[in-house]
Amino acid sequence: MSNALFTYTLRLADDLLILSQRLGEWCGHGPVLEEDIALTNRALDHLGEARNLLTYAGQVEGKGRTEDDLAYLRMERQYTNVKLVEQPNGDYAHTMVRSFLFDAYHLPLMQALLKSTDEQLAAIAGKSVKEATYHLRASSEWIIRFGDGTEESHQRAQAALDNLWTYTGELFESDAVLEEMTKAGIAPDIAAIKESWSKTVDQVLSEATLKRPADAFMMTGGRKGLHSEHMGFILAEMQHVTRAYPGAEW
Amino acid sequence: MITKHRILELLDYVKDPEIPAINVLELGVVRGVEVEVSGKAIITITPTYTGCPAMDVMAADIKKELLEAGVPEVEVKMSLSPAWTTDWITDEGKRKLREYGIAPPEKSADIRALKGEQPVVACPQCGSKNTVMLSLFGSTACKALWKCQDCLEPFDQFKCL
Repeated sequence: MSNALFTYTLRLADDLLILSQRLGEWCGHGPVLEEDIALTNRALDHLGEARNLLTYAGQVEGKGRTEDDLAYLRMERQYTNVKLVEQPNGDYAHTMVRSFLFDAYHLPLMQALLKSTDEQLAAIAGKSVKEATYHLRASSEWIIRFGDGTEESHQRAQAALDNLWTYTGELFESDAVLEEMTKAGIAPDIAAIKESWSKTVDQVLSEATLKRPADAFMMTGGRKGLHSEHMGFILAEMQHVTRAYPGAEW
Repeated sequence: MITKHRILELLDYVKDPEIPAINVLELGVVRGVEVEVSGKAIITITPTYTGCPAMDVMAADIKKELLEAGVPEVEVKMSLSPAWTTDWITDEGKRKLREYGIAPPEKSADIRALKGEQPVVACPQCGSKNTVMLSLFGSTACKALWKCQDCLEPFDQFKCL
């Protein structure tokens, strides 16, 4: 049980940690100052949630690993995030579509986790749900603006959606770990999260005049530590300082 | 022996590092103050935003303030639940925010907030309600960026949470 809880908590954390790292790449490169600030704010919120989850995962594991040990001192195969969050930023539409697809999943997940039988996960969700609501609102507004904007913004948003769609299946995969967690009332029923996600996606895409891609081949592997070719580069940058100066503090 | 009352007085001096106009009590992040028989003080604080870098600074500042005042030992605990809400900012805190140039948050139970609609935010400079949101995100995790259409000044708004 504690093993499954560790794995489950780590999955929740890794999605946010890696997405945060990706969004942080925009710092100083945003298309306008307000959006530069918005993206780093968003990255900071994700990182804060990841920190809470990593700290808890370390406690559950009981081997004395801290949030920093888990964030910085694992190897690529030990990260269990979905491939969606490690995809490159691309243009602004690509970044926003990636965040929108994630936010539409993250919000109902956090809402459901409020009722988790695990008190600490419920407490973390209690903090995150407020921020997640804000994130989904912000990314939805951008999807609508892009889709229903100019011919070029529409085309770019649609291209991002078509490109990223294959990574959405992984968000709703189930396996023995998730089944055990759901049975224990710790994790919510993933089918219900998918239903909510699908509804949000349909609503926003329809307002944005964008076309929902058809479900075809769906990428998989992230939860087992099998990542896309981008992951190693993300970790190299993320872990560089910690590895170069072991134990350094400020 | 330093009393709980004295510790609360000392906490008055610990400011939010990013909004030095208000202190940690006015911000509503201090959720518990205990003094053990040994004289050790245990302060429980709750984060405003999960990723807010000011939280670590606040914890360090609380420790420093109390140790310097002669408290023999200080522990700062972080508690996530119940989750912080902007409703916990005191009226005095809200007044000081406005004076500092930040529009304070509306009540989270405000019907507009519940429905996810945009709040009516008064300009902290001139008081006009003819304002417009420029960006959902502002200079820190807790703020959004607004502009007054009358005095034309941009200003920060404390996001309702």
